[in-house]
Amino acid sequence: MSATFEVKPAPVAPAPPAAATARKPPRTSRRTQAWRSLRRHWQLYLLVVVPLAYFVIFKYVPIANAVIAFKNYSPIKGPWGSDWVGFRNFELFFQNPVFWTLVKNTFLLSVYTVLASFPIPIILAIALNEIRNGRFKKLVQLVTYAPYFISTVVVVSMTILVLSPRLGFVNDAIGLFGVPSVDFLGKPDYFRHIYVWSDVWQTTGYSAVIYLAALSGIDPALHESARIDGASRLQRIRNVDLPGIMPTAVIILVLGVGNIMSIGFEKAFLLQNPLNTAQSEIIATYVYKTGLLNADFSMATAIGLFNSVINLFLLLGVNFAAKRITGNGLWS
Amino acid sequence: MSVTLQGFRRTAEKRSERTTIEETRTDRIFLIGVRIMLWIALIVVAVPLVYIVANSFSSPSAVSAGRVLLWPIEPSLQAYKTALGDPQIMRGYLNSFIYAVGGTLISVTLTIAIAYPLSRRTFFGRNVIMSVLIFTMLFSGGLIPTYLVVQDLGLLNTRWAMVIPSAIGVWQVIIARTFFRSTIPDELYEAATIDGASDLRFLWSVVLPLSKPVIAVIALMYAIFQWNSYFDALIYLKDPGLYPLQIVLRNVLILNQAGGPASQNLAQQLEQQQLANVLKYALIVISSLPVLIIYPFVARHFTKGVMVGAVKG
Repeated sequence: MSATFEVKPAPVAPAPPAAATARKPPRTSRRTQAWRSLRRHWQLYLLVVVPLAYFVIFKYVPIANAVIAFKNYSPIKGPWGSDWVGFRNFELFFQNPVFWTLVKNTFLLSVYTVLASFPIPIILAIALNEIRNGRFKKLVQLVTYAPYFISTVVVVSMTILVLSPRLGFVNDAIGLFGVPSVDFLGKPDYFRHIYVWSDVWQTTGYSAVIYLAALSGIDPALHESARIDGASRLQRIRNVDLPGIMPTAVIILVLGVGNIMSIGFEKAFLLQNPLNTAQSEIIATYVYKTGLLNADFSMATAIGLFNSVINLFLLLGVNFAAKRITGNGLWS
Repeated sequence: MSVTLQGFRRTAEKRSERTTIEETRTDRIFLIGVRIMLWIALIVVAVPLVYIVANSFSSPSAVSAGRVLLWPIEPSLQAYKTALGDPQIMRGYLNSFIYAVGGTLISVTLTIAIAYPLSRRTFFGRNVIMSVLIFTMLFSGGLIPTYLVVQDLGLLNTRWAMVIPSAIGVWQVIIARTFFRSTIPDELYEAATIDGASDLRFLWSVVLPLSKPVIAVIALMYAIFQWNSYFDALIYLKDPGLYPLQIVLRNVLILNQAGGPASQNLAQQLEQQQLANVLKYALIVISSLPVLIIYPFVARHFTKGVMVGAVKG
C-alpha cells in the first residue's frame, strides 16, 4: 500500500476514465485496478495521508521502538543504536520476587472485574425491558447511565470520600450496627472489592444500554407466540430474551476476557497508596514506576511487551473458543 | 346502524385487549420483584451522587463533622466561592477547555478524513488500511516506546502532547465509516459526478451536511474523553501552567495538596482544614457539571452511535 502513496503526486487533473481505459490494454489485474482507482480518486488518497501518518507514527513506530526491550537503552544512542542484551531484561523480570505478585494481582483484579461486571448489566437490561412504565424506566436509565460520563479521577475521589473513616457515610452506616469504623483504603484486602464495585457502579448503566438495544431487536412475534402458549414472564426471559442477546453477550465477554491482562492503569494507580500496594500493584502501575519514575526504559518496555503479547494470545484464544462453541466471535 | 356496529366493534376490541393484557398471579409478583430491583439500582447509583452534591452546598463545619447525608446542612456557597477564586483551579478549567475544543476539532477532522475514503467501494486498499487500524486495537508498543516517540517529536511538555498522541480512535473511525456506508447511497455520488463534482467537493457539500448526527456523536465522544483524560497529562506534562483540570483535581482531591498559605494560629488552621474538606465536594461537582449537563441531551444519540459502531463489517 505504501508504494502506491509514493507515486501519488503525479496526476493533478485526472484524465477522464474513458481515455484511461482506451490507452491501457483491457486486462484488469489488481495493479491496473489500483492505478485506475488512484488516478480517478486521487483526492481520497490525499485525504488518507495525514490520518495514516498518525497511525504509523504513534502506533507502529512505538511497536518498532519496543525493540529496546532486548537492548540496554541509552538515550544518546537511541532505540536502534543501543547495545543488544537479548532476553536479559525478561530474565531479570521473571527472577524478580515481585513478578508473581504482579501477575497474581493483575490476573485476580481482572477476573474479578469481568465476573462482576458481566452479569449485572444483563440483569438490569432485562429488568428494564420487562416494565412498560415509560417515565420510571427513563429515570432509571438516565440515572444509571450518568456515572459513565464522570472521569476516573472524580470516581476515585468520590470512592475515597464516601469510604473515608472520618467523613464518609459508609462508616456511619456500619457504625449503626456497632461495627467500628474501618480505613478501607488502608487495608490491602479491601482494594479489589473497592476497585471492582466502584467499576460496577460506574459502568453498569452504560453496558445495559448495549443489551437493551439487543433486546429491542428481538422479534415481538416470538414473545407473542410464547405468551399464547402460556409462558410466564420468567419463562419468556429464559427462552426468548436470553438466546436473543447471546451474540452480544459473547462479544462482550470475549472482549472482557481478552483484555484480562491489560486492565487499566488509571484507576488502580489513583486508588493506590503506600498502605495497599500489596494488592494494588499491577503490571501497568509497575511499568509506569519502572519506566517513568526510575527511568529504566528497557526494563519497563520488556514488562509492557510481555503483557501485550500475553494479551494478544488471550484475545485470539478466547475469540477462537467462542467461535467454536457458540458460532459468534469478534470477526465473522 | 353503522355507528352502533362501530361502537360494538370498539367494545369488542377493548375486551379482547383486556384479556390479552391480563397477567397471571406469578407474573404480577414477578413484576413487583423487578420494580423493587430497579428501585434498588436507582438508589445505589443515585445516593453517592446526591451525597456529594449535598455536601458541596453545606457549611465547612457541618461537612467536617460528617453531619451531611442527602440534604445540605447549614447551606453555604463558601466552597464554590473558594474554588472559583483559586487561580490553579481556574487555570486547569481553562486548559481543559482548550484541550477539549482543540482536540475535538483535530480528532473529528482526521477521523472523517480516513473514515470517508474507507467507506467508498471504489477506494482501492481499504481492507488493508482497515486491518492496519484494527491491529492497533489488539497490540501496542507500550507506554515507554510511545513516550519515546512523543519525546523525539519534541511534544513533551507542550499543549500538543495533549491532543496529538491520542488524536484518532479506531472505534470512532468504524462508527463514522459505517454511517457513511449505510446512509450515503452510491447513486448520490454518481449524480454529483455527472454534475462535475470532485470527491472532495462531494464530501464537503453533500456527505458532511447529511452526516451531522454521526459527526455530533463522535465529536461528543472525543470531547468527553478529552475532558476526562488525565493519563497523557500525567506522563507528558511537567509545567503546572499546562495542567488540565483532572490533574489539578488529583492533586487536591487524592494527594491532598490544597493550595493557599499555611497559617500560624490553630483556629485558622482548623478553619482551613474544614474548608479543604468541603472544597473537595465542590470541586467534584464543578468538574463534572459540564459533562453531566450535556449528557441527558446526547445520551440517546450516544447510544445510537455505539450501536452503529457495533455492527460488524
